Amino acid sequence: MAVATMHVEAEEKLRAKINQAGLWMFFLSETFLFSALATARFVIAGTGRPEDLNQLLGLGITSILLVSSLTAYRSEVAIARGDRSAFQRNLLATILLGLVFVIGVGFEWSSAEFELSDPFGTAFFSMTGVHAAHVVSGIFMLGLLYWLSLRGHFSAKKHWGVEATVKYWHFVDVVWVFFYPILYLISS
Amino acid sequence: MTATAQSEPQAGAISALMPLLRGLVWGGLGFALGAAFVGVLRTIDGRDFWSLELSMTFGYAIGIVGWLFGAGVWERWGREWLGLSTREGPTGWHRYFAFTTDHKIIGIQYLVTFMLLFLVAGLFAVLIRMQLLTPEASMLSEDSYNRVMSLHGIIMIAVAVAVVIGGFGNYFVPLLIGAEDVAFPRINALSFWMVPPVAIMLLAAQAVGGWDSGWTAYPPLSTQAASPGHIFFTLAIITFGISSILGGLNFLATIIYMRAPGMTWGRLPIFVWSMFATAILALLFTQFFAAAMLMVTLDRIADTSFFVAEAGGEPILYQHIFWFYSHPAVYIFVLPGLGVTLEILAHFSRKPLFAYKWAVGGLLGIVGLSALVWAHHMFVSGMDSRLIAPFLVTTEIISVPTGLVFLSALGTIWMGRLWLRTPMLFALAVVFNFMIGGITGIFLADAPTDVSLSDTYFVVAHFHYTIIGGEIFALFAAVYYWFPKITGKMYSERLGQLHFWLMFLSFNATFIPMFWAGLNGMNRRIASYTPDLQEINIVISVMGFIMAVSFLPFVYNMVRSVIWGEKAEADPWRARTLEWRVPSPPPLENFPAPPRVTGNPYDYGVPNAPAHGVLAVAGASEEDEA
Repeated sequence: MAVATMHVEAEEKLRAKINQAGLWMFFLSETFLFSALATARFVIAGTGRPEDLNQLLGLGITSILLVSSLTAYRSEVAIARGDRSAFQRNLLATILLGLVFVIGVGFEWSSAEFELSDPFGTAFFSMTGVHAAHVVSGIFMLGLLYWLSLRGHFSAKKHWGVEATVKYWHFVDVVWVFFYPILYLISS
Repeated sequence: MTATAQSEPQAGAISALMPLLRGLVWGGLGFALGAAFVGVLRTIDGRDFWSLELSMTFGYAIGIVGWLFGAGVWERWGREWLGLSTREGPTGWHRYFAFTTDHKIIGIQYLVTFMLLFLVAGLFAVLIRMQLLTPEASMLSEDSYNRVMSLHGIIMIAVAVAVVIGGFGNYFVPLLIGAEDVAFPRINALSFWMVPPVAIMLLAAQAVGGWDSGWTAYPPLSTQAASPGHIFFTLAIITFGISSILGGLNFLATIIYMRAPGMTWGRLPIFVWSMFATAILALLFTQFFAAAMLMVTLDRIADTSFFVAEAGGEPILYQHIFWFYSHPAVYIFVLPGLGVTLEILAHFSRKPLFAYKWAVGGLLGIVGLSALVWAHHMFVSGMDSRLIAPFLVTTEIISVPTGLVFLSALGTIWMGRLWLRTPMLFALAVVFNFMIGGITGIFLADAPTDVSLSDTYFVVAHFHYTIIGGEIFALFAAVYYWFPKITGKMYSERLGQLHFWLMFLSFNATFIPMFWAGLNGMNRRIASYTPDLQEINIVISVMGFIMAVSFLPFVYNMVRSVIWGEKAEADPWRARTLEWRVPSPPPLENFPAPPRVTGNPYDYGVPNAPAHGVLAVAGASEEDEA
């Protein structure tokens, strides 16, 4: 009996390691996609940027996304402690902040003065677009987590789904930490 | 075949195809949904509801999710995401047509699918050669020649990417490392089920005019050509890229974490090492292919100007991004081929693999350098000329690790007791072919010679020598080597050798003259050529037709042997590696308990060498741990 339990525990530990490795390899792979886009920005549009870029909006959505990473982190910590209500609260906050970010990007898209066919516009719309698609998929996954938590899933011991989604959220956030200066701050 | 008898209740052919039909229906619904979404947005904006390429792109994006969900992702996996319990898949032979997590079934799914695609794309090559019997475009119009050439190219590239990795990698990596399955079985199934839409899209593209920019799809042609076939191409390739990335991720996790006790990195069979190296390339670089295709798609449907020079874009950027994947992709083709070759050479020379550690170093060295050589494809592209010298040098340097692998092959054969059965013949052919491919590559790496050889048949001959010669011959070596393990039957040695000699001789007779044609100025990818080259082209075409015929004995041999073949022993080759320790075909989850690995895989004729691995009896391992 004790042997069998040890066996199961060892297997679960290995499973956790494999899952972590898979997730990080996925991030590494995605990094190549984002760097291809960032490279294209410098090749076609150089280091320039239009004067009328909405800096306030850029700074605003960047801050919102950073704060959402904090709430995502707090939701993960909460479920690891077994605090379900704090977990759900922070999850909702993260979803909300994510939505605000996407709406912010949408507003930027509709109000931007530059064209999609300008070199900078090409880089700007495609980089923010691919990134926003990742944010939307993250919101979708966070929504699933919320739905599952309402149905009683996840506990202090079993919450890999939460951990993976939150890591993904952080990853998408870190991508923006690079994209923001590349699009908004660099200028020649 | 006994499994069929056990699953009598649902043996109908219609019920076997149910998952596929459901996939098609859900895919169709998804397509309609995606297209309608765009249509509604466009209508609100005051434009036409339907715009072929835009509606196609969005329809496809949702449609592929529908296809995957319908084909089995929902029942076997997706229900879990909503907290529902997953449903069991079909049993018996129906599993071969379903979303199944068994790595051996997925391996066969890959192998059969890509073998069929290989034969289809081979027929396109026959069409190309028929056209080239005459110097002017007579049989095919110039336009349809370009389309056939493009289709042949991309399908063969897809075959080269996936047939050994997806087929033999899936089937044998877990067996060779003593694991019960891959690290992520459901992701593995997902990777496979992304393949049918790719094949369908590439073939369906022909109905709307195809695409004529080759498999490389360079802009401005690919972004400006009117045919919507171009958008089919980019969408299919993005899908295939995702499949390839997930496959690479899976192999890495499997090889790192699922090895049996005692299977240290130094005892890993060389084929597993080659898969490890390949998986790194597939995981990282494929994103650039997807990115390049995404940019072409955006340039076509969204009015961006990545590659539109007059709007400030940069067409050469495409080539940089494209080759940043597509040169490493050459190693995605060839490394598993070299792995299979070294594996078979050692077993059939009855000698330890020569310089095992150097060969592994060579494989990893190729991975490291492969990211630094891409621009040698672009010497005549008009890129910044300061890039030429560095890329010339890095390309030359990559022949050092490749040479290590090659020397390991030669050293293994040297003084060995060669057992010249069909797999060994094919493996030896790889060594010969790859030598020609490698040596002719030097003239293409050297910018001074490449400037006049670029875009000629010299290049065509060179890359066919590396890809067919280095990978497809290894593929057939692997097919014959592992056939008894996979099917439990023995193939006909006589037909196997007939296939080998026909294919080997006709292959060389087809492609050696192409070097000559290229040196004499015959351009690639063009339906016509100068009349003085007709004689050599007739020789090439006739030899090519013989090569096509050489696959008939192969197909016959496979079908005949699967049905009527003699029963094979568990270990017909007296090989040391783990897959031969289990019955043929191996049972579900492979080993009764994790095997213990105690020695090196290739210690043939080494006095007192411990066995590579011993099977643990079920239950014994748990007592040990206590």
